[in-house]
Amino acid sequence: MFQTYDVIVVGAGHAGCEAAAAAANMGSKVLLVTMNMQTIAQMSCNPAMGGIAKGQIVREIDALGGYSGIISDKTAIQFRMLNRSKGPAMWSPRTQNDRQLFANEWRLMLEQTPNVDFFQDMVKSLIITGDDGDGRGTRVAGIITGMGIEIHGKSVILTNGTFLNGLIHIGDKQFGGGRTGEKAATGITEQLVTLGFESGRMKTGTPPRIDGRSLDHSKMEIQNGDEDPAKFSFLDNTSPFEKNSTFPKKQHNCWITYTNAAVHDILKTGFEKSPMFTGRIKGLGPRYCPSIEDKITRFAERERHQLFVEPEGWDTVEVYLNGFSTSLPEDVQYAALTKIPGFEKAKMFRPGYAIEYDYFPPQQLHLTLETKLIRNLYFAGQINGTTGYEEAACQGIMAGINAHLKINDRAPFILQRSEAYIGVLIDDLVTKGTDEPYRMFTSRAEYRILLRQDNADVRLTPKSFELGLASKERYERVQEKVKQSHEVMRYFKNESIDPSEINPVLEAVSSSPINQKVKMFNVLARPNVTIIDFTLYCIRIKEFLQQFRWESVVQAEILMKYEGYISKESEMVDKLQRLEELVLHEDFDYKQLTSLSSEAREKLAKIRPRTIGQASRISGVSPADISILMVYMGR
Amino acid sequence: MSGKNAFAIASRLFYKMNGKSVDVSKLKTHTVHFGVIKEKDIVLDEVLLTVFVGPHSYTAEDIVEFSCHGSRFIQQQLIQLLIRKGARLADAGEFTFRAFFNKRLDLVQAEAVADLIASTSATSHQVAMQQMRGGFSTKIKVLRENLVNFASLIELELDFSEEDVEFADRDDLKNLVLSIQKVIHRLVESFELGNVIKNGIPVAIVGKPNSGKSTLLNVLLEEDRAIVSEIPGTTRDVIEDDISIDGILFRFIDTAGIRQTSDLIEQIGVSRTFEKIQKSSIIVYLFDVHELTSKELQKEIDEIKEHLNERSQLIIVGNKIDKEDLVYTEREFAGFKDILFISAKERINMDALRKRFVDLFDSRTINVTETVVTNVRHMQALHNAGSALEKVYDSLNKNVSGELISVDIKAALHHLGLITGEVTNEDLLQNIFSKFCIGK
Repeated sequence: MFQTYDVIVVGAGHAGCEAAAAAANMGSKVLLVTMNMQTIAQMSCNPAMGGIAKGQIVREIDALGGYSGIISDKTAIQFRMLNRSKGPAMWSPRTQNDRQLFANEWRLMLEQTPNVDFFQDMVKSLIITGDDGDGRGTRVAGIITGMGIEIHGKSVILTNGTFLNGLIHIGDKQFGGGRTGEKAATGITEQLVTLGFESGRMKTGTPPRIDGRSLDHSKMEIQNGDEDPAKFSFLDNTSPFEKNSTFPKKQHNCWITYTNAAVHDILKTGFEKSPMFTGRIKGLGPRYCPSIEDKITRFAERERHQLFVEPEGWDTVEVYLNGFSTSLPEDVQYAALTKIPGFEKAKMFRPGYAIEYDYFPPQQLHLTLETKLIRNLYFAGQINGTTGYEEAACQGIMAGINAHLKINDRAPFILQRSEAYIGVLIDDLVTKGTDEPYRMFTSRAEYRILLRQDNADVRLTPKSFELGLASKERYERVQEKVKQSHEVMRYFKNESIDPSEINPVLEAVSSSPINQKVKMFNVLARPNVTIIDFTLYCIRIKEFLQQFRWESVVQAEILMKYEGYISKESEMVDKLQRLEELVLHEDFDYKQLTSLSSEAREKLAKIRPRTIGQASRISGVSPADISILMVYMGR
Repeated sequence: MSGKNAFAIASRLFYKMNGKSVDVSKLKTHTVHFGVIKEKDIVLDEVLLTVFVGPHSYTAEDIVEFSCHGSRFIQQQLIQLLIRKGARLADAGEFTFRAFFNKRLDLVQAEAVADLIASTSATSHQVAMQQMRGGFSTKIKVLRENLVNFASLIELELDFSEEDVEFADRDDLKNLVLSIQKVIHRLVESFELGNVIKNGIPVAIVGKPNSGKSTLLNVLLEEDRAIVSEIPGTTRDVIEDDISIDGILFRFIDTAGIRQTSDLIEQIGVSRTFEKIQKSSIIVYLFDVHELTSKELQKEIDEIKEHLNERSQLIIVGNKIDKEDLVYTEREFAGFKDILFISAKERINMDALRKRFVDLFDSRTINVTETVVTNVRHMQALHNAGSALEKVYDSLNKNVSGELISVDIKAALHHLGLITGEVTNEDLLQNIFSKFCIGK
């Protein structure tokens, strides 16, 4: 019934879908196995993509040729560029999405991708073959479904999300499930543990869904989309809001409201039945995505907490109450809701809940996301202890790429911390592990100024094109962007400007006027002066810039205005690059290096870092240990 | 000193005896040169400088070796001077490590290197811990905490701008930076004082030739250290050694006698003496009670006082009391407060003198409970952290966006981290999550 696939992807969430798309677009025969074909690419939590640091990741996925950016654009009901008031490294795109449309669009795009087959069933175990006789250890060879069907594949990517032994809690009720109304997946954890994997439990939660018709929006603050909305994808025509599209859509609003003492008091009445406080939930939840009961306990001094009222789509009346994640009994949830301004007559579609699920501490992975124990088996997404669609999706695309490369005997594709947030994320996971759901923050990146959303394509598209994933169209666009931005920079650095031309600009932004001709670059370098200011007052500059794409002009502007900081970080990267290039042998016997501290010996043996650079980031490995390693490597 | 800039740095401070500068890179390999270490016009020491041009050296890099006089004080001064001129302290085992890396050592030796790094870094850490005197470690901990808080406030604005949390006011941030800088400044300044405690409190013994300075020194050190003779001017150079009295380390410095002389070498000795007075915390003015009237003594004291630095203390000591009537002597010098009469040779009243040192130490500005930095490495790290914070302050004034300020804050944290242990991004997030209600 089935051919032998190149890549079998288990799970069709954000990670699984990107993995399937990437491997298929590189030429692998892919099978996407999901428990329910109707719930491909579900947004199980809030109906939004991107945000600070996460938006940069979506841009990176898009630059690599993934689908998340395009789909987020196409199904957006609101777009905002967060952190606009800060420097370009902080600008973070975010969309509010139509949940239903998002899932449909993903399924449509996957269906249109050659080489992707689908199958609906639960996967209960993996087919493991012994040593191929080459001493390289056990290898995965396929899957066995709940119906007992064996499907063979050269590699398998597990993206099980919250489904592995998923356990849902609402008050003192608890039941198995991967999302409300959906069955949990069983069997895989148990098999993997038998094979020697270490597993753990994590917890996450979600807020109640409300009938939007029952809300009084006049009591809430309105939150509009950007007046001039940008988008995620580097390709053209992906946004419904673009002015040149045939029917530009009008963005939806979100609202902001707040809890109060009355809400908190009611919530407290449910604490004795809270699975969090009674200890029934064993898994660790994220500190930065706490439940409302967690917030009012840990920050008891706060009189109110902010809540976001987010519409679930263009046509639906369902709204998502972001900030009110809870696992308290449903009657307590409801009673508390009605004390929120605007929610007095609220009708609840479904209560919030907490969910516990299995994950596998990610130190058990290589930087390619392949497991160290079993060859050709890859993990991506929440199974690795992360949280968030964007974090999952980017692991998916990397696992998909690497699975394809591996079965074709090609070199692995690993992104450095200085190259992408994706690189930071995977290096953090594999090197340090995580004991709470891992979310990306810009502060996790050492080279934040280099990892901007505006240059994700410049950073990653050429690499991906070389791999055979990003299209020629994408590649040529980047080449063009780089060329154009260099031309703009050359113009600003070589051309001078008269005081008469520029002083009106300077006056307008209250910067001191110039007395004699200076290079345009020197004026642009001043704070508060932008390229737009130049075009507003100087016709010749405006005319010169008109021959370029605006995107290229902005790129040039950023590179010029932040030149000092960019080159400072680039120098730091160069300095440390040497350590990233010193590759450690995979079966290096650390136990024999008695000069290493015992903690370092143990950690190195467990994590088996790929490079000296990675080794230096392991906690407990001191600079002296690194020197010793280098001495031995010198051999 | 090893590395590609070793010769350039040496050229900045090594001069010929006639004051002419030397291009060390032009010197022949494996040669020794006599000269002085000089900064501006101040001569630190006469030294021998040995040049090894790479790869014919221990590390296979360019190496300069300085042979200076055997004083810890001079060594410390020389090291600090080198750092000011662009060198940095070697890490534990780094010379050997470099030798290995430049393929100077073979495989068998490599294992020895590894063991060396492992052992020396353990000891050096232990030493560093012991060196944290007074409230140093507590102060640094508070400093680190303040900086982490500051960094967290900046990160909060960046990663959590959408959250309902109050962001720090720019003026508050500026004040926070200023207060952190102030502490760093004080610590850096305390370094000199700290060095004093670690290397011994310098006590200069000065006086006319043949007033018995060397004898006094020998008695204090309880061994024959200085050359003692009846010929005035025998001690031509500065001789020094440490002794612990009541657990406090004093570094006694014998000096050439102060007198007008035509002997060139002795002249150098005299001018050195005045330099030593400048740098000492306690100055013992020793005189022969037979030689001076109280009027003459006053004149001498006045001259010494001209060379005294404002924080140092002067003790006037009349020597050779065994040969004189004490009652008469006390009457003659009654006008001098706190004057002491001893006989170094006969060990008369020596305990009183020792006690005076300790009393002065206890009451003086050298206060051990004050937090002091005693380690060059720590001083250097604090200094670098301070310069990074200057940039932060500047950026705050210019209203620069947080992610750019953060570059310099992280640099400051990195430098401080060399003393306190590294501050990771995870530490910052941890701090944010514990203080602010974050998350939807």
